[in-house]
Amino acid sequence: MSVLVYVEQVDGKFKKSVFEAVSYAKAIADIQGSSLTAISIGNVGEAELKELGKYGASKVLNVSNDQLKNFINQAYASVIAEAAKKESAAVVVLSNSFSGKGLAPRVAVKLEAGLVDGAVELPKLDGGQFLVKKTAFSGKAFAITELTSAIKVIALNPNAFGVKESAVEAAVEAFSPEIKATDFTAIVKEIVRATNKVSLPDAELVVSAGRGLKGPENWGMIEELANLLGAATACSKPVSDADWRPHSEHVGQTGIAISPNLYIAIGISGAIQHLAGVSSSKVIVVINIDPEAPFFKVADYGIVGDAFVVVPKLIEALKAHKG
Amino acid sequence: MKILVCISNVPDTTTKITFTNDNTQFNTSGVSFIVNPYDEIALSRAIELCAGGKGTVTVINVGESVTEPTIRKALAIGADDAVRINAEPRDAYFTAYQIAEYAKTTDYDMILCGRESIDYNGSQVAAMVGEFLDIPSISIIKKLDYDGTTATIEREIEGGKEVVSVSGKFIASCAEGTAVATIPNMRGIMSARSKPLQVVEAKEIAQISKVQQFDTPPPRGAVKLVPADETEKLIGLLHSEAKVI
Repeated sequence: MSVLVYVEQVDGKFKKSVFEAVSYAKAIADIQGSSLTAISIGNVGEAELKELGKYGASKVLNVSNDQLKNFINQAYASVIAEAAKKESAAVVVLSNSFSGKGLAPRVAVKLEAGLVDGAVELPKLDGGQFLVKKTAFSGKAFAITELTSAIKVIALNPNAFGVKESAVEAAVEAFSPEIKATDFTAIVKEIVRATNKVSLPDAELVVSAGRGLKGPENWGMIEELANLLGAATACSKPVSDADWRPHSEHVGQTGIAISPNLYIAIGISGAIQHLAGVSSSKVIVVINIDPEAPFFKVADYGIVGDAFVVVPKLIEALKAHKG
Repeated sequence: MKILVCISNVPDTTTKITFTNDNTQFNTSGVSFIVNPYDEIALSRAIELCAGGKGTVTVINVGESVTEPTIRKALAIGADDAVRINAEPRDAYFTAYQIAEYAKTTDYDMILCGRESIDYNGSQVAAMVGEFLDIPSISIIKKLDYDGTTATIEREIEGGKEVVSVSGKFIASCAEGTAVATIPNMRGIMSARSKPLQVVEAKEIAQISKVQQFDTPPPRGAVKLVPADETEKLIGLLHSEAKVI
């Protein structure tokens, strides 16, 4: 018996969310008294793979294959399911990332496994029950879900568990399962990645703005503040609906749900649908000209004032703080 | 061309979420139900692709008879007909299995649905249906073009986008950008009443997951207000008190 964790690589490197998933999987392995194996797909160097030992992976299965260079969920799911069988995995852990969302359900069906996605805590093993807490109703609630299948699949929300070191020596082992040709029916034509931007779903800090900014031409100060903080930028629904900002920045009930350590909302009133997507942020700062804005009711810190005055001053103060 | 669109019956986005029976059941009292907003985007794109006699759109819902008003809403938006698989959708695995089993009995070119449902926020059904049918599943797409045999799809990835091409049957889960949700007009609402709605019995499958209890997030403490001309104080609090910067 073991725990298997899928470690998603981007251009041969692992991101923080991967180390978080490994840390989480290691904690499950400890609860179950079993060992942790990681499965890496794509061309990742030995040194980077060894790095996974730092977070508790004692074995790393390395699938290095040009055919699998690009992410094709159908083929990747086959590889992960084969790895789970080889390792007799009782639990399979993935990140609840864009690719994780396309992968985990396929892996679950292949293994006839129950799946919890959006997990926010370690599973509780209560009198034979296997219970996992996950977000539900777009952050308005949590659902404690029991999995009764022999194998369990869990997709962990970013920033929910944190990175925890637990150094072991990682043994890297080449793995080359058979993959059927029909798993490559979808073909990746092009990948466009903005390398200088912090990606929103797993960002630790997020600066977000709403209609209070009055127009897309005023986003310069939002971007400057975000750059200074190393934060991702986000926006409210009316802003993306008006095409002031791309849809990929829309957070809220019908946009992306996020749970950063810090969420700064500027010129956003805080409609229930917006709050649903951001309420699991650890610290919320609201800057709004209207002292009655509902957002202040769920904020930790607030400034009542005109964004066009407050934000430039905040940028100055931040520059001074950073020296 | 024939497109199947999966729709989920979910509480309206303004719903205050509460639970009953010792927090084991969602309290539906006074709640109005809608077509899941993401599924509405998928439906709108399907209608656009089939416009001008190029094809037909069938909506599928796994639900008991209470979901029929929501199905009629989808027909009013412009779907041609509907199928209701008569069962309580107990989890994504069950729901995806029912949709896949139905899809096996009919001819179709693609299946579309929303990126996730706004109740359980599982983005599981599309990829599970893909796996049950052994066809490609493309999750969280932002753009979909189709030339009659090949689909060109843009999907969201961390920090960017990816363009994928698929020939043959596939399923995709749609996010914002794929289409603008269509609002039904009076003609649509009138004709929805007479459009075919077929009821199909569900197939048995073992249950492997179950929500045992719900929980709501703890309330936050009162907001600490900082005067507008003391922004350095806010930076100080975020640094030394909240320890987030």
